[in-house]
Amino acid sequence: MIEISQLHKQYGPVQALRGIDLTVKEGERFGLIGPDGAGKTTLIRILATLLLADKGSASVAGWDVVRDFRTIRKHLGYMPGTFSLYQDLSIEENLRLFATIFGTRLEDNYNLIEGIYSQIEPFKHRRAGALSGGMKQKLALSCALIHRPRVLLLDEPTTGVDAVSRREFWDMLDALKAEGITVFVSTPYMDEAARCERVALIQEGTILQVDSPAAIKASFPFDLLAIRGADTYQLLQDLRTFPFAHRVFPFGESIHLTDRRNTAFPAEVADFLTARGHQQVEIERTGATIEDAFMELMGNMQSAVSPSTPSRS
Amino acid sequence: MNPNAIEVQSLTKQFGSFTAVNAISFEVAQGEIFGFLGANGAGKTTAIKILSGLLRPSSGKAQVAGYDIYRQTEQVKRHIGYMSQKFSLYGDLTVKENIWLYGGIYGIEPKVLRKKRDELIRRLHLEEVQDELVAGLPLGWRQKLAFSTALLHEPRIVFLDEPTGGVDPITRRQFWEMIYESAANGVTMFVTTHYMDEAEYCNRVSIMVDGRIEALGSPGQLKATYGAASMDEVFVRLARSHE
Repeated sequence: MIEISQLHKQYGPVQALRGIDLTVKEGERFGLIGPDGAGKTTLIRILATLLLADKGSASVAGWDVVRDFRTIRKHLGYMPGTFSLYQDLSIEENLRLFATIFGTRLEDNYNLIEGIYSQIEPFKHRRAGALSGGMKQKLALSCALIHRPRVLLLDEPTTGVDAVSRREFWDMLDALKAEGITVFVSTPYMDEAARCERVALIQEGTILQVDSPAAIKASFPFDLLAIRGADTYQLLQDLRTFPFAHRVFPFGESIHLTDRRNTAFPAEVADFLTARGHQQVEIERTGATIEDAFMELMGNMQSAVSPSTPSRS
Repeated sequence: MNPNAIEVQSLTKQFGSFTAVNAISFEVAQGEIFGFLGANGAGKTTAIKILSGLLRPSSGKAQVAGYDIYRQTEQVKRHIGYMSQKFSLYGDLTVKENIWLYGGIYGIEPKVLRKKRDELIRRLHLEEVQDELVAGLPLGWRQKLAFSTALLHEPRIVFLDEPTGGVDPITRRQFWEMIYESAANGVTMFVTTHYMDEAEYCNRVSIMVDGRIEALGSPGQLKATYGAASMDEVFVRLARSHE
């Protein structure tokens, strides 16, 4: 449904995209996961036919993003990262405006947006500018769906939203799954990978890995130990001096340790920590999360640079 | 010196008929990392504005850094630092100019400030970009610089309002190490975040729901109380039960 080949984009000295290759299948929910500045918005804007790439090509539903941009726009729903509806129009007016632009009526595709729109319909005469963040999000999604697009592009729909609203948003996307709409969604929250069928991890304009979340976790090349103790900060400092430490990262209430020898030796780590005065240390083997995988890949990318020196680009 | 950096009793703020902050009470110890969580619209921002001397409460008591938030707002402002992801540094000023500006606002003597500035630039490895505009720096660098700048005048408390949004996971962790380090030096860290794993890094966490503090305790205590495996679960359970 989406084909991207060797896409490059540069802004002045900044290389936003450095040769992106991706394929998204029809009906798939595909997540583009990476921090700010990784190139997510640039990529989505190129797919939305709003920005031209410097090199490479991309197509949506078989149409080329440059040559066939008019056709693509008819079949595309796009929700930009910042709220872009008309603040001085009401909920209903915004929705009818978008319907008219796409040559349809609110009533024609009402069943598609009903689950989302019914939650804000009681306030349909309220101006969009006066809505809460969660309501704006529901309106924006309704507007992006009003013409029953084949592909939905969502640029960081959950950024700045609290943990509860984030879950609700993904639940709304679940409900769309049955409609067969392909969803391409970007997010800086690594834990949201679990809500996608496949994800691409992106950093500094480069795709680090593309696969299902389960496969990415399974491909993590190290045994991982989760270590807990009374003084997490001291534990962190000491684990960094463990002679076989590959990477040491705080992870919620525990610390994740990978061993340079690829295999974990929990007893050895326990002895090492006991010798340094740590008491009641809990050590257990744990599975890698998407964030572990991302940091490992990211670390390999900048391994030439020492960890305390910030990488630039 | 008062051992508590922040003391709040029945603090309330009403806007017309809407009660944004509803009789909240809590204390934060000096050097503590305190997580201040809540859903959007729960009243966090209003509470932070009151505690930083920018907004007068409707009723209740609060002391910040030992100063009264009704009568001594100027003293409060002098003894706190503030950093948010949305606004911290001026993008069209250089690294050096930003530090100079903030130091000047807090009344640090030029001689002292010059020394502090050079030290800070060295510590953050920013020597090569010290004369470049902040807007051109990677987000992670900007955030570390903003944090250090907020500490320049040696405040007793720093308010960190979603300091890590959108940052890559490695930089996010490096940032938290700076928080740990400053807390170990006795500076109180008052942090809001949407990342629930970061709630686990706090000594204690409060969760605001509809203007009230619905839960307060160490992450371990809260998880035990609510029979939850993670802070994310605790948060979702509390915030959802009030819809």
